[in-house]
Amino acid sequence: MSGAIHAFGKLILEGAEETGQFSFLVRSTFGWMTSYRIEWRQTLIQMVRVGVESLPVTAMTAFFTGMVLALQTGASSKHFFNEPLFVGTVVAFSLVMELAPVMTAIVVAGRAGAAIAAELGTMKVTEQIDALYTLGTDPIRYLVIPRFIAFMLVLPLLTVASDFTGIFGGYLVAHAKYQIPATVYWHDITNNMEIRHFVHGFLKTFVFAAVVSLVSCFKGVTTRGGAEGVGKATTAAVVISMVLILVLDYFATAVLNAFGIT
Amino acid sequence: MIDAEGVVKRFGPRTILRGIDIRVETGETLVIIGGSGCGKSTFLKCVIGLHHPDSGKIVVDGVNVADLKTEREIADYRRKFGYLFQEGALFDSMTVWENITFGLRYLTDIPTGKYRKIASDCLALVGLKDVEDFKPSELSGGMKKRVALARAIAAQPSYILYDEPTTGLDPIMTDVIADLILDLQKQLKVTAIAVTHDMKAAYKVASRIAMFHEGKVLQVAHPEIIKISENPYVRQFVDGKSEGPIKMKLKEFEAEGASNHVAKKS
Ligand SMILES: Nc1ncnc2c1ncn2[C@@H]1O[C@H](COP(=O)(O)OP(=O)(O)OP(=O)(O)O)[C@@H](O)[C@H]1O
Ligand SMILES: [Mg+2]
Repeated sequence: MSGAIHAFGKLILEGAEETGQFSFLVRSTFGWMTSYRIEWRQTLIQMVRVGVESLPVTAMTAFFTGMVLALQTGASSKHFFNEPLFVGTVVAFSLVMELAPVMTAIVVAGRAGAAIAAELGTMKVTEQIDALYTLGTDPIRYLVIPRFIAFMLVLPLLTVASDFTGIFGGYLVAHAKYQIPATVYWHDITNNMEIRHFVHGFLKTFVFAAVVSLVSCFKGVTTRGGAEGVGKATTAAVVISMVLILVLDYFATAVLNAFGIT
Repeated sequence: MIDAEGVVKRFGPRTILRGIDIRVETGETLVIIGGSGCGKSTFLKCVIGLHHPDSGKIVVDGVNVADLKTEREIADYRRKFGYLFQEGALFDSMTVWENITFGLRYLTDIPTGKYRKIASDCLALVGLKDVEDFKPSELSGGMKKRVALARAIAAQPSYILYDEPTTGLDPIMTDVIADLILDLQKQLKVTAIAVTHDMKAAYKVASRIAMFHEGKVLQVAHPEIIKISENPYVRQFVDGKSEGPIKMKLKEFEAEGASNHVAKKS
């Protein structure tokens, strides 16, 4: 019993310590961004990496998501109304407001987030991060901020790309399976959708970008204990990012709704 | 001048440094010797500010390391130092010359056009050439060590902390590096702390030698005095004998095991 209490207490303490360290990282990230020169070269390298690495996968994910949405919507509305109605509307709304931002963020967390945690983790355990410090560079400025900015710029773009590929995938199914003409599909979308719906999904991607980049960087730079530690850090980065994406998606939606951006 | 007073450093429950008092005068090279795991690297990291002592203080040129607060102050402090990591710690995503000149961007205002030339010059100093475009993974262990040394001296710091500069080098290269450390001290008036297990190199480069044992400084003296030291610990270490007051853990274990074994038999 006392063993369990001890273990639980240790867990709480460790959790608190990690949260403290994490908020320190977040604070220094914003501190450095406002007060120091930004490493644009590093930022650009990271943008290319995150963007180019992820685009094929995120596009494909969105494409098939759009297709399955169209398939499901068509099937159920056929079942209820005997004809496929509002397929374009459902596909576009689901994608633009929820699925594209969330799925893109999750895929990027799995690819780029894991890569970041593994790279920074290896640098940490081989003392390369200490070496940065001795060579007059702040690791947060050199490693964390470029990745943070890269995510903030690239993830929203990837999401917009997902919006379009998803809607296109939906159209292909709507057309091939339910013979819905392009004009109808497009009208279903434009007649019902407003710019604020797009903004709703778009704004959420910034929250996801911040979460994935900061969590991955944090797990990387706090890695301990050799190759095994790097493995653990990578797994933790991906799992925590994914869970936080889903949790924060709810709260971000609630906040945006409260501001009438729905 | 580096002045350490009562430096204590703990990792969790283990106390590694138990009150280190040492003063390194400007322009001298202090060599630290001592058994594996006695905290030599830890002490160097405390000096440059990678570790923060739990108590005691380290004062460099009148500045207490613990008092450095703003980024600007920390940057100015680091600018004074070159640091050779025991494991090299080369950036494996960069080429050799990018590694060597990495610090110049932040520590100096040398124009970037001159970087390659500087890299080649530093490589020549450590006895390497034509490796500028290699990645660290393409180098041998001794080459990595020397590239790391080249990186530590590239920005011409006034203090250099060498963590085992000659480990893993052949005897000739060891002497070349020892000469380099001497030259830096004589010509550029570098103040240095060097950790080494190589007594020959230690006698060659040291202005004074400090022996660490169990987190304390056992003796600090001129190399000639260390050579004839009366202290049994120092004696055993510099002579490299397995018999003596410093019991290696392995020996104790073996001795115990062996006696048990004998006891069982009889
Ligand atoms: N970051 C750390 N966390 C926990 N313990 C550490 C850490 N760094 C060093 N230690 C411990 O501190 C002790 C001293 O380590 P240090 O690297 O300073 O030894 P050293 O004197 O340089 O040995 P060597 O001659 O083998 O390089 C070791 O027992 C090591 O386990
Ligand atoms: Mg060491």
